[in-house]
Amino acid sequence: MASAASARTKSAPARAAAKSSASAAATPQFTKEQELSAYREMLLIRRFEEKAGQLYGMGLIGGFCHLYIGQEAVVIGMQMALREGDQIITGYRDHGHMLACGMDAKGVMAELTGRRGGLSKGKGGSMHMFSKEKHFYGGHGIVGGQVSLGTGLAFANYYRGNGSASMIYFGDGAANQGQVYESFNMAELWKLPAIYIIENNRYAMGTAVSRSSAQQDFSKRGVSFNIPGEQVDGMDVRAVMAAGAKALEWARSGKGPYILEMQTYRYRGHSMSDPAKYRSKEEVQKMREEHDPIEQVRARILRAKFATEDELKAIDAKVRAVVAEAAEFASNDPEPDASELWTDITI
Amino acid sequence: MATNILMPALSPTMEQGKLSKWVKKEGDNIKSGDVIAEIETDKATMEVEAVDEGVLGKILVAEGTENVAVNTPIGVIVADGESADAAAPAPAAAAAPAPVTAPTVAAAPVSAPIVSVAVVPEVPVGTQMVMTTVREALRDAMAEEMRRDGDVFVMGEEVAEYQGAYKITQGLLQEFGPRRVVDTPITEHGFAGLGVGAAMTGLRPIIEFMTFNFAMQAIDHIINSAAKTLYMSGGQMGCPIVFRGPNGAAARVAAQHSQDYAAWYSQIPGLKVVMPYTAADAKGLLKSAIRDPNPVIFLENEILYGQSFEVPKLDDYLVPIGKARVHRVGHHITLVSYGIGMTYCVKAAEELAKEGVEAEIIDLRTIRPMDTETVVRSIMKTGRCVAVEEGWPQSGVTAEIGMRIMEAAFDYLDAPVARVTGKDVPMPYAANLEKLALPTVSDVIQAAKAVLYR
Repeated sequence: MASAASARTKSAPARAAAKSSASAAATPQFTKEQELSAYREMLLIRRFEEKAGQLYGMGLIGGFCHLYIGQEAVVIGMQMALREGDQIITGYRDHGHMLACGMDAKGVMAELTGRRGGLSKGKGGSMHMFSKEKHFYGGHGIVGGQVSLGTGLAFANYYRGNGSASMIYFGDGAANQGQVYESFNMAELWKLPAIYIIENNRYAMGTAVSRSSAQQDFSKRGVSFNIPGEQVDGMDVRAVMAAGAKALEWARSGKGPYILEMQTYRYRGHSMSDPAKYRSKEEVQKMREEHDPIEQVRARILRAKFATEDELKAIDAKVRAVVAEAAEFASNDPEPDASELWTDITI
Repeated sequence: MATNILMPALSPTMEQGKLSKWVKKEGDNIKSGDVIAEIETDKATMEVEAVDEGVLGKILVAEGTENVAVNTPIGVIVADGESADAAAPAPAAAAAPAPVTAPTVAAAPVSAPIVSVAVVPEVPVGTQMVMTTVREALRDAMAEEMRRDGDVFVMGEEVAEYQGAYKITQGLLQEFGPRRVVDTPITEHGFAGLGVGAAMTGLRPIIEFMTFNFAMQAIDHIINSAAKTLYMSGGQMGCPIVFRGPNGAAARVAAQHSQDYAAWYSQIPGLKVVMPYTAADAKGLLKSAIRDPNPVIFLENEILYGQSFEVPKLDDYLVPIGKARVHRVGHHITLVSYGIGMTYCVKAAEELAKEGVEAEIIDLRTIRPMDTETVVRSIMKTGRCVAVEEGWPQSGVTAEIGMRIMEAAFDYLDAPVARVTGKDVPMPYAANLEKLALPTVSDVIQAAKAVLYR
């Protein structure tokens, strides 16, 4: 039993590699505009998160701070597949999702620093931001909570018959919470337009999937509810978008929920205080070198001559400027007024 | 030998019911297990099966008779050829037909509970008052709000096809259809979260918990998701949702099904907590709760469901959340309570009046936000107070009331505030122990006398 489990762990990176090369042939190609857009959007998340890490080290960001570095292709690929009106909800590793939704980088960063210009006026912090306008429903700190809530968003779409679908993101760790299965059952029972996106980054905090999950193929977690699912190379933005489009078509045509297991990887620790003793430096290094979602797009852009090195550098510079401006704002914006302590408790 | 068939208790709180139909006629042969009659309880229409064999010698209570008290002989089974008149007069423990459901309660026969309210709430002069049960008042409130606003829907276990485990949602499925009256699987954590998510988009769910005991499975979403989102979003995203259902002890259902959560929820900023006593308040407050833009915990009581009160006949009767009501005017002592706790206060006040003590009774109606002002105004007049609840004493609602009075009206007190609460024990099953665990009218009278130095 123990040896079987460890064998599975060892084969995991190899499986992802095999998957990505195998699916490369079937993966739809992006147009120039799609490649450049994906590059820019993923890079914004990467640079933003690197800056957030820096500000945390400087003591400007407090509490918990969970970085999305390494997983950028998941949210950007899905964002390219959905349409206006579709809702997004996720857990506490949420900065990338908010930027992908088009929420203001300054507002997100100022929320991380707990300032009055933050998206939640400094009262929510890293894990709790929302935007009705961008259909982003949080930002939730209780592992798995967003799965029931997101199923409620899908229920609202079904109730209103508005044709929208909800993207419900959660991790391999949250996938072991009971309410996930309560939600699966209701979503399939009522054929709710819910896309369950399991971001399998292989570690629930420090616990490897092989140590926590009896069924490690998360795409099969809906089998007993008759919910279809598939495993997707979550490091390839094109594969993500294609899978997202397929799942959305399924949900929008009234067939009910769909599960997408995004096989991805987080480069940084679970949170800022994670020494990451549970995995080897080599494992991380190998993923960065061979499967980095941004480097893959960058290489394709250059190979297809969609842009020159200099043109990509210009995009980098623009992204850095956006992040620098956000950090500047978030560092200098005043803290909330003391009177804010007593507002927004009830309406 | 002739055997009486007794009116069975078919639910833990049933005290009387309607004999809606005799399936067997006089002279029919009856075998054990035969359905002999149909009885409408406070919850549902149930079939009554025979335990004994013989001939249905005589029908003692005609079909269609309402308010037949539990344990009343309704018919006589005789041996073949035996006369029905030979039946012994109502042997209480004799073979009554076995109830189709769980435990029978040897409740003393009582007449239909009708409760009069001394001080009628704020309605225009000349408003017609209609005797209504709390159960009907709650249903009417939901139906009215569902007619008014298409975004209101009700969801929970057995709310639709079954017509409500306690018949509160009776008829709603027929009027509003399955899209708006939604039966859920037994999945409290899941459907509470689903409701909160739907509310975040602006829908107005009414989430029924079959009882609040089961909401423990869902309490994370009630507190972490519903109550805190407005604050965490800096005011951007509210959660207009009502969580409702019976709360507290019913009758003989033991520890896991007999807990009062008023104190628990009342501690949470971001929630409103309502616990009505009368049918009028149940209706007016539930309508207000459904319209409220905040999450509202609406705590009902199974024993009160069947009690009747006057409800004003108005097109749109609303009772504001956060306002207490003076239920009885008096000047010697203030009794403060809410929900089922009021029943002890009302009876205690009647007894005290016989001894010349005029108690003022305040029905808080809302636990959070708590209307301290109305309580303090009364204490400025009486100088004495007893607070009453069925919940546990430690960190209870009455503890909060006592502290608030000390903070706001200490100088007006002529005696320390006393409280009467449920005992600090899990609810026992045995009838005598259950009685001991709950507050009694006598407890309230004794506490009042102690505070009055009598």
